[in-house]
Amino acid sequence: MAELAVQVGVILGYLLVALIVGVVAYRVTTNAAEDYYLAGRSIGTVVLLFTTFATLLSAFTFFGGPNVAYAAGPEWILVMGVMDGVLFAILWYVLGYKQWLVGRKHGYVTLGEMLGDRFGSTLLRGTVAGISLLWLFPYVMLQQMGAGEALVGLTNGAIPYWAGAALITLFMILYVTVAGMRGVAWTDTIQGLFMLSVIWIAVVWVLSSVGGLSGATGAVAASNPEFLSLGGGLYTPAYIISTAVVIAFGVTMFPQINQRFFVAKSDRVLKRSFALWPVLVILLFVPAFLLGTWAAGLGISVPEGANVLPVLLNEYTPAWFAALVIAGAIAAMMSSSDSMLLSGSSYFTRDLYRPFIEPSVSESREATIARVGVAVFAIGAFFASLTRPGTLIEIGNTAFGGYAQLALPVMLALYWDGVTRSGMFAGILGSQALYLAHVFVPSVPIEIAGTTVTLFARAYAGWDVALAGMVVGLVLTVAVSAATTATAAERPDRFVTGAD
Amino acid sequence: MGYRMTDVLWIAVFAILVAFAVPWFLWGDATVIAGLPVWLWWHIGWMAVASVVFWAFTNRAWDRGMGVKHG
Repeated sequence: MAELAVQVGVILGYLLVALIVGVVAYRVTTNAAEDYYLAGRSIGTVVLLFTTFATLLSAFTFFGGPNVAYAAGPEWILVMGVMDGVLFAILWYVLGYKQWLVGRKHGYVTLGEMLGDRFGSTLLRGTVAGISLLWLFPYVMLQQMGAGEALVGLTNGAIPYWAGAALITLFMILYVTVAGMRGVAWTDTIQGLFMLSVIWIAVVWVLSSVGGLSGATGAVAASNPEFLSLGGGLYTPAYIISTAVVIAFGVTMFPQINQRFFVAKSDRVLKRSFALWPVLVILLFVPAFLLGTWAAGLGISVPEGANVLPVLLNEYTPAWFAALVIAGAIAAMMSSSDSMLLSGSSYFTRDLYRPFIEPSVSESREATIARVGVAVFAIGAFFASLTRPGTLIEIGNTAFGGYAQLALPVMLALYWDGVTRSGMFAGILGSQALYLAHVFVPSVPIEIAGTTVTLFARAYAGWDVALAGMVVGLVLTVAVSAATTATAAERPDRFVTGAD
Repeated sequence: MGYRMTDVLWIAVFAILVAFAVPWFLWGDATVIAGLPVWLWWHIGWMAVASVVFWAFTNRAWDRGMGVKHG
């Protein structure tokens, strides 16, 4: 019981400290949209890097990743490296820097606003916001599920799943409604540094009691030799490539990531973040996923519905330390969710509520609506998370796939002035329709020329259907744009950045 | 503004960075050196290289790539 008190004390203490930081940040924030959502476009390198990074530090990478490594081997590190370290970094430049330039010139705050202005279409603006909010829902759920499962694993079920999920939901709502982007960015930085430090301390702690790196890996070689050879099992080339590509493109269209493309203080900030990105990815994900892998060799058994990381730490480190790591992870999930909810609320108020429901809404009323929206959204996601519709990785992949469908039409629009409004609608709606059908329609096996093909499956011959959706979106955008002409309201010159 | 030779080179460099972040030539290999599989060491080293290449890119081609004139 004393152990439980320590665990609960550490977790609540940590969450409270995070909340206090948010409140301090709130004191220097005004209600103006640019300040609340973008911290007055004044975010520096370290803060931008960590706030983007912390956003990736979600239940997906923190608990889902080690779980996969525990069950199937450490190749998930490669998936993360290709997708976050290299592909995302390149997109950071190709999409992010371009959006930063365009956004600074015309004062955009959201993706929908940028596209709506360029294509002279409020409907397009609302569509992009609506699609973004749709896929945000499972991702917020994922954080709640992660927190619930983490506390079950840490306390051996003394804190039930629903209570953990409820706790994080409560803190999330409190946090976003008081802090705004500056508060979120500040705590993201503190939490990013904190997580990076404790995960390495955890590695040293575990390794020191199992005979070092060779001892830990040797145990895996004895129990699961197939984990150490590259590929095999879950990890086929098709799986690695499609997962990495879909997630990397998907990440860029997440509201909280995409909005960060608008917040940098100067291009120097973007440049430095870009170059540091691969190193940061390695520093975090290699130790986290190796811990998951080593747990397999050390004979750790994970109870149903729990995650491997808390169980492993409980076994090899003192209760307070394990609780601290889990508190850090939960806080990191909270800050991911905060960022998501905050950006989601700006999509809702600016791109849906104001244009379609109440154009003359006052700024303070808009801020209230944003906060109420956050609470409703988070509580809805909380109830959905109680049904546990899939594993962390499955839910995460679904959300990433949905966002990935937006990336190519947006990229085309940013670089090719021949894209028309009809082309954008065709590309965005066509790819979403295809992907949604595969997520929600049950799969049906059919016979074609003697072979069985499963329609509406999530993968065809090992390739994620999200990848096919991206291709469809690209082809539709190009084909329809080529076949139609731009209306007078469309303004390709909005995205020209060369004439500075 | 047409493509310059250096632009094409940068695109090629980025393509190589992406393609070999996974050491495909070590597929199925389970050799362990200094406590970690060789393929993982390759990946770690490759990411360090990527970081250096990205840094060089920000110094040389970042603005030109977007047609932005200021330094």
